Amino acid sequence: MAKWGMVIDLDKCSACQACVVACQAENNIPNSNPESAAKGRNIHWLEMIPFIEEEYPNTQMKLVPRPCMHCEHPPCIKVCPVGATQISSEGIVGQINARCIGCRYCTAACPYTVKSFNWFKPQWAKGMERALNPDVTVRYNGVVEKCTFCHHRLQKAKDKARYEGRELGPDDYIPACVQTCPSEAMYFGDLDNPKSKVAILARSRRAFQLLEDLGTHPKVIYLNEGV
Amino acid sequence: MDLSKAFEHDEKILLKPIQEANRNFYITVGLLSLIVGWGFYAYFQQFQNGLGVTGLNRPVYWGFYITNFVFFIGISHAGTLISAILRIAQAEWRRAITRSAEVITVMVILFGVASILMDLGRPDRIINIIKFGRFQSPLLWDVTSITIYLTGSTVYLYLPLIPDIAIMRDKTKKRKWLYTVLALGWEGTPKQWHRLELAISVMAILVIPVAVSVHTVVSFVFAMTVQPMWHSAIFGPYFVVGAIYSGIAALIVAMALIRWVYKLDDYLKDIHFTNLGILLFVFTLLWTYFTFAEYLTTFYGAEPTHMAVFWSKFNGEYKYEFWGMVVCCLVIPGIILSNRKLRTIKGSVFASLAITVGMWLERFIIVVPTLANPRLPYERGVYHPTWVELSLLAGCFAFFILLYVLFTKFFPIVSIWEIAEGRKHAVAEVAGRVKTYLPDTYGEMHGVVVSGQEEKTILKDIQQ
Ligand code: SF4
Ligand code: SF4
Repeated sequence: MAKWGMVIDLDKCSACQACVVACQAENNIPNSNPESAAKGRNIHWLEMIPFIEEEYPNTQMKLVPRPCMHCEHPPCIKVCPVGATQISSEGIVGQINARCIGCRYCTAACPYTVKSFNWFKPQWAKGMERALNPDVTVRYNGVVEKCTFCHHRLQKAKDKARYEGRELGPDDYIPACVQTCPSEAMYFGDLDNPKSKVAILARSRRAFQLLEDLGTHPKVIYLNEGV
Repeated sequence: MDLSKAFEHDEKILLKPIQEANRNFYITVGLLSLIVGWGFYAYFQQFQNGLGVTGLNRPVYWGFYITNFVFFIGISHAGTLISAILRIAQAEWRRAITRSAEVITVMVILFGVASILMDLGRPDRIINIIKFGRFQSPLLWDVTSITIYLTGSTVYLYLPLIPDIAIMRDKTKKRKWLYTVLALGWEGTPKQWHRLELAISVMAILVIPVAVSVHTVVSFVFAMTVQPMWHSAIFGPYFVVGAIYSGIAALIVAMALIRWVYKLDDYLKDIHFTNLGILLFVFTLLWTYFTFAEYLTTFYGAEPTHMAVFWSKFNGEYKYEFWGMVVCCLVIPGIILSNRKLRTIKGSVFASLAITVGMWLERFIIVVPTLANPRLPYERGVYHPTWVELSLLAGCFAFFILLYVLFTKFFPIVSIWEIAEGRKHAVAEVAGRVKTYLPDTYGEMHGVVVSGQEEKTILKDIQQ
């Protein structure tokens, strides 16, 4: 069974945020506006977070793209009272929007603060509702959502492979962010397959994970020189 | 007979609030209903538009509602738990206060539950808790434990009410059908008394572990996560102590109000306030001890993520709430309650009001700063409640007081039969009990019977 994972090479990343935009478009994420931004209510499945090291004038800043870590031992899943967030056999942590009661326990329990809540009904700029991705459900007021590694793409890829009577190949399924990245800083694949690109990169000396010591075993791995 | 006159007097005084309602009563009910109505309007706004009308954001996903939830469930520990402990310990001074305490529990739990419902993004899907409920989630532990607690406390309030309801059925003209139904055919036969007393004592014992479990699992909602300053093993007992602490404070305030409004100075006496004041002081010390242990451990360990939360409480965004809590829960009650001269009714009511405010702040200071300072230090939230949250807090308080006031208009707030029983048996019973504590006298050891006269003097001495 595959274990899907992502590798992000921070040494290659130019922080252009193309991945963020690709994610918003792919997953029908509602448009933000200045008010919601000021209140800290924007919905982001993938977000650039600034790592600032050292004091001025030696400041070093890195922008780190941060999706859901798809933890192997996810603290968010344990606490959900209705099982509206679950981990699949292929290691993808998903959300069942139609079941979520909006208690926000999972958002409070996720140590990476990656989950977003729908404070209001989702809204798009005029005309944009007609450009929504038909493969992804639009979420409604009062539920929690987060990165799903573009799970709908996996389903599509599987269907296609079955139709063509072949096995799922390594390039059949990649999330929108990885596909978009112009500097090719993001990789996606099966961590369980020791020969896959992600598995090889994950063993690199440059590899690290966010908050590794919490024992959540994130399946998003970062590469950075000097860690 | 003296005693029967006393009974009549008790009945007359204690049934008075039920039989007559003056203008002040209607004004109070009117005002409270207005606030409750406003609360409903605020909730309707939230239901229509979504939780966006609150001040919540990312990462402060929980705010006033969860604070209220912990706070109200905490207050509920006033009643059933204290009354059960006093009953089991056969503390005779309990007789006049148990009822008013038990009512607090039953009424206030409702608002604990309501606060959780207000917090849900999709209250319409509440049934999913039963359909898809997972016992792995601490929230489900809460649901279970609180349901049992609510049921248990209601039964525990109802059982000792039965004889009083029967009195009302027989003596009053108003709402006869209601009392007839609720009295369950109580006739006061020895068999019925025996069964009732057995049931009450069984419930008293059962309800104590349930009450302790309730606030323990409430704390587990926080402690089971890995978030800084939530993930603490001390949280269970810390929450229980805080709950009882705020509970006693609420009880003292309620008793003072009842005493003042219904002029029950003869029943809720100074001694009750003194005893509860001493109990409150014990809990001031206990609470301080737990708070000290909790914060010192964090400070000394000095883990950066924990320290971020720590400093935001000590001298950051939440410093007013934090130091306000210290003043309200430690300084004010510490000074007033440790001093015999200040521990009057007024003094202890003032201390209790301070504690109620302080314990609300304590809950707030536990919920919000941790969320505002998550582990990945790149998201910092600030939380300011909006009018909706403030209105709902006011609405909950008003609704609680309203229900309490209405209860006192339907049922006697001081247990009539327990006072009567006290008058009839308790004095002799306590005397007898005290006698068993004392070393046997020479005469008894040598088989010499103590004469009736001597026995009487002994009893008299003891009573003095
Ligand atoms: S990063 Fe957060 S939301 Fe994603 S799997 Fe881990 S705990 Fe869950
Ligand atoms: S907000 Fe939804 S997904 Fe998260 S814990 Fe609550 S019910 Fe589960």
